[in-house]
Amino acid sequence: MVRRIAQKLKVEWLLTMPSLVWLTLLFVIPTTLVFAIAFKPADPWGGIGAGWTLDTIRSLGNPNYPAIIWRTLWISFVTTACCLVLAIPCGYYIARAQQRWRRLLLLLTVIPFWTSFLIRIFAWKVLLHPDGHVKRGLVALGLADESTMLLYRSEAVLLVMVYTLLPFAILPIYAAAEKFDFKLLEAARDLGATPWRAFRQIFLPGIRRGLLTAVLMVLIPSLGMYIIPDIVGGPRSEMIANKIAQRTFVDRNVPHASALSAALTLAVMAPMLVVLLGRRKREVS
Amino acid sequence: MADFLQFNEVTKHYGSLTAVNGVSLNIKRGEFFSLLGPSGCGKTTLLRMLAGFERPDKGRVMLDGEDITERPPNKRKVNTIFQNYALFPHLTVRDNIAFGLRVAHVAEATIKQQVDEMIDLIQLGAHAHKKPHQISGGQKQRVAIARALINKPEVLLLDEPLAALDLKLRQRMLLELDQIHDQVGITFLYVTHDQGEAMSLSDRIAVMHEGRIEQLGTPAEIYETPHSSFVAAFIGDTNFFDGRVETVVDKDYCQLRIDGFPSVICYNDKRKQPQDLVHLSVRPEKFRLSLEQPSLPPQHNLVEGTVQEVVYLGSQTKYLVNVQDYSLAITQQHSRFLLDQRPIKWEDRVWVWWHADDGYMLDRYREQDEALLEMPAH
Repeated sequence: MVRRIAQKLKVEWLLTMPSLVWLTLLFVIPTTLVFAIAFKPADPWGGIGAGWTLDTIRSLGNPNYPAIIWRTLWISFVTTACCLVLAIPCGYYIARAQQRWRRLLLLLTVIPFWTSFLIRIFAWKVLLHPDGHVKRGLVALGLADESTMLLYRSEAVLLVMVYTLLPFAILPIYAAAEKFDFKLLEAARDLGATPWRAFRQIFLPGIRRGLLTAVLMVLIPSLGMYIIPDIVGGPRSEMIANKIAQRTFVDRNVPHASALSAALTLAVMAPMLVVLLGRRKREVS
Repeated sequence: MADFLQFNEVTKHYGSLTAVNGVSLNIKRGEFFSLLGPSGCGKTTLLRMLAGFERPDKGRVMLDGEDITERPPNKRKVNTIFQNYALFPHLTVRDNIAFGLRVAHVAEATIKQQVDEMIDLIQLGAHAHKKPHQISGGQKQRVAIARALINKPEVLLLDEPLAALDLKLRQRMLLELDQIHDQVGITFLYVTHDQGEAMSLSDRIAVMHEGRIEQLGTPAEIYETPHSSFVAAFIGDTNFFDGRVETVVDKDYCQLRIDGFPSVICYNDKRKQPQDLVHLSVRPEKFRLSLEQPSLPPQHNLVEGTVQEVVYLGSQTKYLVNVQDYSLAITQQHSRFLLDQRPIKWEDRVWVWWHADDGYMLDRYREQDEALLEMPAH
């Protein structure tokens, strides 16, 4: 009996080994290094100095940072909220569509992935350009005047982030909605609930796992988003990841970049941990 | 006075398919009414139109003198027991039952009291805090019933509520449903494809077929005097003979010509004329069977055949007897069991007879119905 359990443990270890090695080499070690470098001094030539210091960590108190961190947070949360608001009805209707329509709609959802991320962002730059079609259309409708600038502002960053991350919200919500028993909505209606109430109290709790996944899938990349604010944003729509890039490539201060990265990693892991712990707790109870 | 619940000339199409075709139906207050038919006969569509999930293309649905055809489901004093109960998986038994009252903004104290009463009634006090996936099928059904009844509906709709249960539980829930109907006294509209359920529960049954009501009546009327071959075959078992009217004897009886049979006398309530093509339907339990040739009074039909199969079932025995081209299903109750009497065995020559009034004449059924007639009861 004991031997069999030992045997089983051995097999489990063998099976877990590849992913464990993978995670250790490509995630645990680099992350630890980033955290470690944050406690190193910078040398004047762009390298890492000898010894340990807390100066880099202290430099996070730089008065410029709170504004950037605040912007990173609000853009990320608003992006997540917008994606959810758009993705919930999308997921609902795709799940309720007939089989052949469903396939087409899912295909349409993932088609953007066939084009390079970078090219799609540049496409937005063309669209939002002062001479672009969006601007012209708004001016023609009297919603903007010639001097309005659509590009290089936080709203542009938000728009392109929602556009980019929306499929990551639609797919998990669709997956949950597809498993949802729509008879339950009829049951709720039968018991006197309005369509909106049935949707809120029966459908949304029914797909809550999909919602949680969607939040993680959108919020985490948002917090670390670098390329979108870099291309369609201006100096006043910088996010924390842009600062990290600037510290690395412009200031050549690797410890400082590491300190910022470490702070970002902790910020990203916090919501994930909350969700995971929540799940664990529910399963135990 | 108009009836309590009325369907007036209701029609519903799904694309090119006509699910319900000009159905008119009146149901009385407090009645236990069943819609019975094979799948795809339109019975569920009719129920869904009453619940408000489907809108009829034509016709009106009236409840207690009010036209409810256009009313959304949440504005109807009608509640449904769904086929798989559709209990809300994220809510406890208690919250499931309370759902309708919460939606109606009833005071929380009143809700608590009424839910407690309901939970007592369905005897699930020990399970009130559990989620639906933690209770058994029969308990789920009771929760579904409680969740519907707590809203005090005027009509309770039951959509094949026993289909998900095993046989033993089904029989017990059948009794429970009957008791609940007696207790609450509201109108029940019961949809099923199981003739046994419909027969044992209903005050009246509408047998549906291809979107129309084939026959409406009490269980006994439908069983004993089916209007069509479809009803005769769908409700219970029967034997069909292809016949032709030979002579009309008097105002009640006629003689039929059935291939290979002596002239058959039959009750002629349909006023059939000579040369009319008919089916003669005789239920298995209407036949009598013996080894010796009996001497029979008039108005009886007597044929000779060979026993092909004997199935002893305890309370009764089923025989298959070959008579000419027909294989007759015959059921005999055991009124007494005498060991010294020689039982009828396989390959015995036997005499089969039945009274003229026990044969029932029907119009010939259409060819496409034959497949349905061979469908097993489940």
